[in-house]
Amino acid sequence: MHELSIAMSIVELAEEEIEKNGGTQVHAVHLKLGLLSGVVKDALLSSFGLACEGTALAGSRLMIEEVPVIAYCARCDAPRPVSSVEWFVCPECRAPVSQVLQGRELQVVALEIQ
Amino acid sequence: MSTTPPRLVEVRQNILKHNDLVARELRRRFDDARVFVVSLVSSPGAGKTAFLEKTLATMLTTHRPTYRVAALVGDLATENDAIRLARSQAPVRQIVTGTVCHLEAAMIEKAIEEWRDLKMEDLDFLFIENVGNLVCPSSYDLGENLRVVLLSVTEGEDKPLKYPTIFNTADVAIITKADLADAVDFDAAAALRNIQAVRPGMRIMTVSSKTGAGMPEWLNFLAASADRRVISPE
Repeated sequence: MHELSIAMSIVELAEEEIEKNGGTQVHAVHLKLGLLSGVVKDALLSSFGLACEGTALAGSRLMIEEVPVIAYCARCDAPRPVSSVEWFVCPECRAPVSQVLQGRELQVVALEIQ
Repeated sequence: MSTTPPRLVEVRQNILKHNDLVARELRRRFDDARVFVVSLVSSPGAGKTAFLEKTLATMLTTHRPTYRVAALVGDLATENDAIRLARSQAPVRQIVTGTVCHLEAAMIEKAIEEWRDLKMEDLDFLFIENVGNLVCPSSYDLGENLRVVLLSVTEGEDKPLKYPTIFNTADVAIITKADLADAVDFDAAAALRNIQAVRPGMRIMTVSSKTGAGMPEWLNFLAASADRRVISPE
């Protein structure tokens, strides 16, 4: 369970942005979360409120966009979605795929600041 | 009194950017010192410490050529692992993480800075034993050159399918406790198949820290990896 420390990093990052952009309160944090990021969405959502207490993010919403895994298939010479992280295989030609192009994201995309 | 409406500010920043920055700086330092850094991750009880003890002792003494090695070992509590590893005669330092379930780059940086009698330049290999955990360590870059995931024969062949992210972020898999394989009816083919399913093409080695089986292949692999090491750009 490292979602609380991830949530605290989000708060830290948002507070830096407030300082840069002006504002006193964050209403919402928009996040991209890859399915291979190692972070569990529900655990992060439940840690977030706790991490926000007593900060400029208190009461803010965490909007999570889950990012599916896309890998490069050498046989097709094309990016392909990986439908299961338990089986890295091209959905078209069934070749194993190992080069992950997308799905490790752990990124704050935008903040709603007032 | 007028209030300004909320506005949307684009940020596009990695949540772990502080960790990534420290890790990048560490990697540069390790490259400058020409020390090859290997991190070990596994579930608790997979045999990381026994494997590392055997690796350190062999590299220091019987392997030809011998190597200058040291280890950092992370645990939630106790210095037991550092005491065990010190039996190998290698310099060892414990990182007690308290309640934190994984190592972060800043912990490595701090441990190295406080390790006054050890210079990175005087080492060929530095090993980092992460906290026993197959989930959290996957998100944190430690500046290592090689990330090794361990799976013991007593754990069940489907572990890679249950924890795909850690296997997918590791470079090499080591199957440990091979001496117990028969006793627990370990299905080696299934284990290899499951690792390949979550990380196609992954190099897998099977060892017994007790009997030493498989250790020469592992040590030759380490030496070759260090020779092939690509100095990171920037």
